[in-house]
Amino acid sequence: MLEGLTILIFLQFTGELIAGLARLPIPGPVIGLALLAGFALWRGRMPEPVVIAGDAILRHLSLLFVPAGVGLIAFGDRLAREGLQIVIVLVLSTAITMTVTALVFRALTRDDERDAA
Amino acid sequence: MTLRSLDPSAFWIYLAEQPLFFLAITLAAYLVGDRIAAATGRHPLANPVLIAILLVGAALLVSGTSHARYFEGARFVHVLLGPATVALALPIWRNRALIARHWRAIGAALGIGALAGIGSTLVLARLLGLSGATLASLAPKSVTAAIAMGIAEQVGGTPPLTAVLVIATGILGAVMVTPLMNLLRIRDYAARGFAVGIAAHGIGTARALQVNEKAGAYAALGMALNGLVTAILVPLLLFLFR
Repeated sequence: MLEGLTILIFLQFTGELIAGLARLPIPGPVIGLALLAGFALWRGRMPEPVVIAGDAILRHLSLLFVPAGVGLIAFGDRLAREGLQIVIVLVLSTAITMTVTALVFRALTRDDERDAA
Repeated sequence: MTLRSLDPSAFWIYLAEQPLFFLAITLAAYLVGDRIAAATGRHPLANPVLIAILLVGAALLVSGTSHARYFEGARFVHVLLGPATVALALPIWRNRALIARHWRAIGAALGIGALAGIGSTLVLARLLGLSGATLASLAPKSVTAAIAMGIAEQVGGTPPLTAVLVIATGILGAVMVTPLMNLLRIRDYAARGFAVGIAAHGIGTARALQVNEKAGAYAALGMALNGLVTAILVPLLLFLFR
């Protein structure tokens, strides 16, 4: 557990460093994600300690959103003012995202499936 | 024991000075939310994070505690978001066989789907006259809050607002995916799962896993890949849009 956690934090730190040095507007942990995925795919294996620690953290991923989410109490005014418009954006754009993604995916898999059948 | 020490407000002041108290409150509120979600058979509307945020938020408002004071304790949980984000490489690694088999469909649906999602969000938000900070908070709403909050911070959004918008998006996606896909007559569980993973991250993925194992695998892959793509696209599109 500790070994894997150390690797994950080290990768996050490396990501922060790259983002800072290259002045990329990308969160450091996301660069860490890309480094880990790239490493595993390149070497053809995922280090076992990372699997153990990663699964342990990801099992309760949603708990980690609570502290930041509670910060919403400071934004009551803005939500009251813009709440309705925000809901409209959320509903429409979520439907658009799913529709476009599913249609493109189907258009490009149909041929494969037919070949396989 | 004096009468003074039994005064409830003095007792509260003592508790509020202990950072561990707010850590305990955070964990307890999440467990309560999780119990409620389990009691409803994990209905998407009974989201444990949303319940926990409402419970803790109400407690802070009633007691007049600032978020900064609360965060002194809660940051011990918050700090794990970074390593958790790095660990999202695991679903990509585990589903590498799917990528190898359908890389064209996955790549195209990922790129075009993410563009459509962020683009439609920005256009609609602008049409409805939302402020710039709200626009920047909305843009990364389709990816897991771990990544979305980091993106929002980079582009001048409000991370706490993004966290809640992300959860709301997840709930909407989970509720809408089955009727919408039936309407579009898309029956392939790979397409259905990938779409909900791209649009509605972990909450959509949980829903896909309930319906079908294949849909769940594609949803988990879509969620992880879109975290990467959205982190690159949001700063780019916001720059072009402004």
